[in-house]
Amino acid sequence: MTGFADILIGLSLLIGALFTFVGSFGLLKLDMPMKRLHGPTKAGTLGIGALLMAAMIDSFLSGHGTIQHILIMAFLFVTAPISALFIAKVHIHTGTCQKPPQPSEDSQWATKAVVDTQET
Amino acid sequence: MARSVLRRLLPHPALTLILILVWAILNSSLSLGTIVFGAILGILIPQATVAYWPDVPRGIRFGKLVSYTLLVVWDILVANVQVAWIVMTKPNAKMKSTWVNVPLDIKTPEAITMLAGTITLTPGTVSADLSDEGHCLLVHALDAEDADAVRDDIKQRYEARLKEIFE
Amino acid sequence: MMSPEVFADYALMIAFVAVSVSQLLAMVRLVIGPGAGDRILALDTMVINGIGLIVLVGLYQGTQVYFEAALIFAMLGFVSTVAYARFLLRGDIIE
Repeated sequence: MTGFADILIGLSLLIGALFTFVGSFGLLKLDMPMKRLHGPTKAGTLGIGALLMAAMIDSFLSGHGTIQHILIMAFLFVTAPISALFIAKVHIHTGTCQKPPQPSEDSQWATKAVVDTQET
Repeated sequence: MARSVLRRLLPHPALTLILILVWAILNSSLSLGTIVFGAILGILIPQATVAYWPDVPRGIRFGKLVSYTLLVVWDILVANVQVAWIVMTKPNAKMKSTWVNVPLDIKTPEAITMLAGTITLTPGTVSADLSDEGHCLLVHALDAEDADAVRDDIKQRYEARLKEIFE
Repeated sequence: MMSPEVFADYALMIAFVAVSVSQLLAMVRLVIGPGAGDRILALDTMVINGIGLIVLVGLYQGTQVYFEAALIFAMLGFVSTVAYARFLLRGDIIE
């Protein structure tokens, strides 16, 4: 039983290490600012999720089991899209990406609309 | 009468339950003291924040919400492997990243928030902006042959389910 | 064939190396930029990798005392990312 849990911990650690590395590697490798957003916000989040899973299994193995780590996991999964959205808005605002197409229904994207009202 | 008192005491019943649960997990205990203090927090915090979130979402189908969450978790796992493969092996010049314009059928803010979060967490796409009246979502795709296919996939796979849950 | 304990120990070492290397890669992106958005993203990634390192240290020492540190690190990282992005968007954080 202990051996099985150890194997689970090891596998979670390896998966987490792999995805964390892929996230940061993508951050360095990709060539356009909007493309770079894809690496860390997702692969990184899943990687940390797997590392926390390993820590959680280890806490049950060592006797005083706790599922506190789920809180960090949930927090990261809720906040990662918000961080990504804000950084994407910064890219659109500063113009460091391709110009997005016009929205099909309303007049303008929210980020640009704010700039327009500030300028006029 | 009793109903309106209850509504004033607990403006967000689901938020109250979540706060009690989070407090219990944070203390990693289920003793009476923990639950009582969690309930005090769970009553005070929604009352303090109700001014910023006045329109309580009603009529959420929780059974479908659970199955939707499981679907999204599965998609995150599968699609993360695909994106990791793309990032590690595909040269930069061969990636066709495009903007995708997704017109929205859902209207409630909670549903749009969940859709945007889902799009960002399922790899290959990041939700980047909302149009000024909230009828369109701007999505960036990392490696997509066809922008229309990405849009149809998002609309069928996630938006239709969210519309069933929230509206 | 190695025993499960030895496998978990090796996996812990590999994870330490991988997360540390990721932290260095993110730091390179922080230095070379080129834009402010890239730097915010690099900082956000470094915070996430830092949480990973804290969790790994907790695993290595076999204690739970680092849990609060990781949780507070996650919260502060998120708030600082949003504050920095908002500052660039509006030139003002609290309106």
